[in-house]
Amino acid sequence: METAATRSKRLNAKPGKLGRDVQARLGQQLRAMYDEVLNQGVPDRFSDLIDRLEGSGKKDPQ
Amino acid sequence: MPMDESVRKAVLSAVPSLRAFAISLCGNVDRADDLVQETLLRALANIDSFQPGTNMSAWLFTILRNHFRSEYRKRRREVEDSDGHHAESLKSQPDQYGHVEFREFREALAQLPSDQREALILVGASGFSYEEAAGICGCAVGTIKSRVNRARTRLAELLHVNSAEDFGPDETTRAVLASGGE
Repeated sequence: METAATRSKRLNAKPGKLGRDVQARLGQQLRAMYDEVLNQGVPDRFSDLIDRLEGSGKKDPQ
Repeated sequence: MPMDESVRKAVLSAVPSLRAFAISLCGNVDRADDLVQETLLRALANIDSFQPGTNMSAWLFTILRNHFRSEYRKRRREVEDSDGHHAESLKSQPDQYGHVEFREFREALAQLPSDQREALILVGASGFSYEEAAGICGCAVGTIKSRVNRARTRLAELLHVNSAEDFGPDETTRAVLASGGE
């Protein structure tokens, strides 16, 4: 059974005390979530935007 | 002035990561894409202030983060937009960011204070060094380190994980497995 003392000790545990395995798994989940967006590549909206900006910038005759 | 081809390439290649970061910041794909678009417009309008040879990606992240912070503060005054609201908007968009298997993780992430969340994402997912993340967030390296540590600890608490074995498919499955074991 958890005593008030151990509970308080657990809740106040200093950050950075997580096991390596837990840190690794948290990192994996974080990257998996992030990578889902990365895998969508560059939506047309953004390549079009850059093309358009580039086009409008070219009005200055060289 | 036509855009330098290397600049164009560097900007475009940063877009996927900018989007992922923006989604993690604001928890809404449409708003995140607007944020990325505004970032690109600002960046290209100020491309002269980019120092060639430095990290283009970090420069763009800095612009995005600063823009988000000022917009976020503004919106917060307009509509109530706490971390709770952030979590709700994530919950309502399961298909837009991640599979159902990440649901629990996503919700836990959304509950972190925003400074911890951004530090964790920059270092743990975007692949920036602590020094680069400190530059992006405009704070000390030690501050980033402590935010990342606190974020991990809080995530582990929210997900009830004490060891890697605690990572299950989801809460329900874990509950079923636990009750079945008695």
